[in-house]
Amino acid sequence: MHARYRIAALSMLLAAAAFVQPPSTYTIMSREGRRPLPYRAQGGQDMVSLGDVASAFGLTVREDVAAGGIIVTAPQNRTIVLTPGQPLASVQGRVVSLPAPPLREGRTWLVPVEFVGRAVGPVLNTRLDVRKTSRLIVAGDLRVPEVTISIEGDGARARVNVDMSPSTPRAVTQDGSRLIVRLEADAIDLRAAQPNARDIVAGVRQSEAPQNILIDLGPRAGGFQTSVQPRTGGERLVIEITAKDAPEPAQPADPATPALPAEPPPLPDFGGAGGLRTIVIDPGHGGDERGARGPGGTEEKAVTLRLAYRLKAALEGGLGVRVLLTRDGDRAVAVDDRTSLANNNKADLFISLHANAAMTAGPSGAQVLTLSPEGYATEAQPGAAPAATLPVFGGGARAIEIIPWDTAQIRWLGESARLAGLVHAELGTSVPMHPRALGTAPLRVLIGANMPAVLVEAGFLSNADQEKALAGDEMHAQIVRAIVSAIVRYRDPSAYAGQAGGATAPGGTPTPEGATAPGGGK
Amino acid sequence: MTRPSNRVIAAGAAALALLVWLLFWGVPSWMDRGPGASRPSADAPASEARRINATLFFVSTDAQGLVAVPREVPYGATPAEQARHIVAAQLGPAPASLHSPIPPGTALRGVFLSEAGEAFVDLSPEASANHPGGSMAELFTIYAIVNALTVSLPSVQTVQILIDGREVETLAGHVDLRHPLPKDTTWVKSP
Repeated sequence: MHARYRIAALSMLLAAAAFVQPPSTYTIMSREGRRPLPYRAQGGQDMVSLGDVASAFGLTVREDVAAGGIIVTAPQNRTIVLTPGQPLASVQGRVVSLPAPPLREGRTWLVPVEFVGRAVGPVLNTRLDVRKTSRLIVAGDLRVPEVTISIEGDGARARVNVDMSPSTPRAVTQDGSRLIVRLEADAIDLRAAQPNARDIVAGVRQSEAPQNILIDLGPRAGGFQTSVQPRTGGERLVIEITAKDAPEPAQPADPATPALPAEPPPLPDFGGAGGLRTIVIDPGHGGDERGARGPGGTEEKAVTLRLAYRLKAALEGGLGVRVLLTRDGDRAVAVDDRTSLANNNKADLFISLHANAAMTAGPSGAQVLTLSPEGYATEAQPGAAPAATLPVFGGGARAIEIIPWDTAQIRWLGESARLAGLVHAELGTSVPMHPRALGTAPLRVLIGANMPAVLVEAGFLSNADQEKALAGDEMHAQIVRAIVSAIVRYRDPSAYAGQAGGATAPGGTPTPEGATAPGGGK
Repeated sequence: MTRPSNRVIAAGAAALALLVWLLFWGVPSWMDRGPGASRPSADAPASEARRINATLFFVSTDAQGLVAVPREVPYGATPAEQARHIVAAQLGPAPASLHSPIPPGTALRGVFLSEAGEAFVDLSPEASANHPGGSMAELFTIYAIVNALTVSLPSVQTVQILIDGREVETLAGHVDLRHPLPKDTTWVKSP
C-alpha cells in the first residue's frame, strides 16, 4: 500500500477508536451470581444491546422484516414486540412505554436499559429492578437495599446517617477501630460520602462480605449509640459517635426533646429474649400534632417521647431485644409510617404510648386498649390471610401471604388481648388505673400492625395531679417496669401460669371493666 | 222593654267578644305574618309544633362515661332532616350536671344519608381544632354522635364523621374515622 494511503487509513482507525468509547456495564445480580451487561450512553439514555439482553435472560430475538418489527420471545411463547422508531414495547399485548425507541447499530439493535425492567421482567414473570444510579439490575427476590450514607459532625461527635430503602433489619457492632453495620440482605447498593474531618470517623466503605458496611473510626472516636427514624420508603439508621474528649452534653431544657435517661432503671436479669427479637415503641403524636395538654402546659407528645426513650433503654438493657422507636424527636409521623416501621422490621410487638384527656379534670388512671374490629372488613378473620405463589428468577416459586394493610391487626386480636391483659395486670400493681382500664376501640394506629399491638394511655393529663406525675420521673419508671414485666410474662406464659393477667373474653378480646354493655349494641 | 233590652245586651256582648278577639288574637296574628306573608297551609302549625323523642348522649357527671338522655327534638319531614335535628340537638348544651362531649365552637355543616343505612355527619373544623385530645375524650365525642343517630333512627346503621366536608383519619389522633362506625354502647353507663 502506498505510504500516503497507509497514513490515511491509520488516521481513520484512530479517529474511530476515539469516537467509540469502550462500553461500560450494568451488573445483573441474581441468585446465580453476577454478570455484566454492557451499555452505551447515547442520546442521554443508557442503551443496551438486545442480543446481550437476550443472552442474559434466555430470550430469542427475531426481526420480522415484513411486519417491520422486532420480536423477542421468552419461554412458553411469551413475546415482546418492538417497533423501530416507536418508544414503546408490546408485552403480551400490553403496551409499555420506553424512554427511547430501539436503534439499529450494525447487525444488532440497541434498546434503553429500562426495557429490561418494563418488558423483560413482566414477560419472564419476575422482578427485574433496574437502578440506573448504581448501574445495577437486581433480579428476583434478591434483597439488595439501596443505602446512602452521609456524615455530619460538630467536633464533639460525628453522626453517620444510614438511609436504607427499603427498611432492612440490621445490627451495629464494634470490632476494634471500626463499626460493622451488618444488614440482613444479599448485597448492598451503597453510595457513601466520606467525612471531611477524619478524627472521629475516618471513612466508610463496603466490606468484602456483601452484606456489611464498615465505618472506620478515627483516633478521637469514643462510644456510639444508634437510633432509627422512619422515612418514606424506608428508614434512617443514625449512628452517633462521640469523641473521647467531648464534654458531657447538657440536658435539654425543652421538654419536647428530652434526652435519653442516663441509665436504664434497675431490672431483674430476664435472660434471653426468647421468641421476641424486635419491639417497636410508638411515642404518640409529635410535631404539630401535640396531643392532649394538661392545665400546667404539659404536652402529650413530650410525655410519650420521654416514656418511649425510657422503655427502649429498659427493654434493650433488660431483655436484649432490638427496640425501634417510630420517632426519636419532636416531629410528626404519619400513622401508617408508624406501623410500617414495625411491619417492615418484622417486629414481634407494637406498643403505642399515649396520655389521656377528659372533658373535666376529674378522671385519672391508666388504660390499655386494643383494636375493636367492628367497622372493618369482616373477611379478615384470624388465619384468613390468602396465600399466593410467586415465581422466582432462575426457577422455583415462593409462597407469600397477602395481608391487606387495613386489616392486618385483625388476625392478631387474640394475642393483642393477651398482651393487653398482662400490661393491665402489671400496671395495676404500680400506678393508678382508670375504672375502665381495659377496653377496645377502632384505633387508627393499631389497625395496620401485623403483630400483637396495644395502646397504653399512661394517665390523664387533664387531671392536675396526674399531669404532675406524668411530668416527673417516678411514674415513668413505674410504667416502664410494669410494661417490661408484662412483656416478660407475655414471652414466657408457662412460667407465670396462674397469675393475674386481665380478663379475656372468650372471643379473645379484653373485657372492659365496669362497662354496662360490653359488646352490646354492636 | 225587657226583650229589646236583652237583644241589645246580647249584641253588645258579641261585639265585645269580637273586639277582644281582634285585639288579642286577630291583629297580632296578622301583624306577625306581615303584609307580604303568604297564608300558611292548614296543617303547617301542627307540623312545626310536632316533636319526636330521640336519645342523646352526654358525658356523665364524673366524666367516666357517656349517659343516654331522652330529648324531644323537632320532627323532620325526611330521614335526613330528622337526622339533622338529632345531631343539632346533640351539639347543643348538655343537661344540668352532665357535660357536652362536643368541642366548643363545633357547628353542624350537614347530614347526609345513604340508601345503605350510612349517615355522614359533616362538622365544622372546630370539632378537631378545639378537641382536648386523649383517646377517651375522642371516643366520647364520636360515639355520642354515632349512638345518637343509630339509637334514635333505626334506619341508620353506621355513621361517618366528616370535617369541613372531607373524610379525615381521626378527630384527635386516635379513633379511625375513615369508615362509617356502627353503634357502640361500651362506654355508656347508667346516669
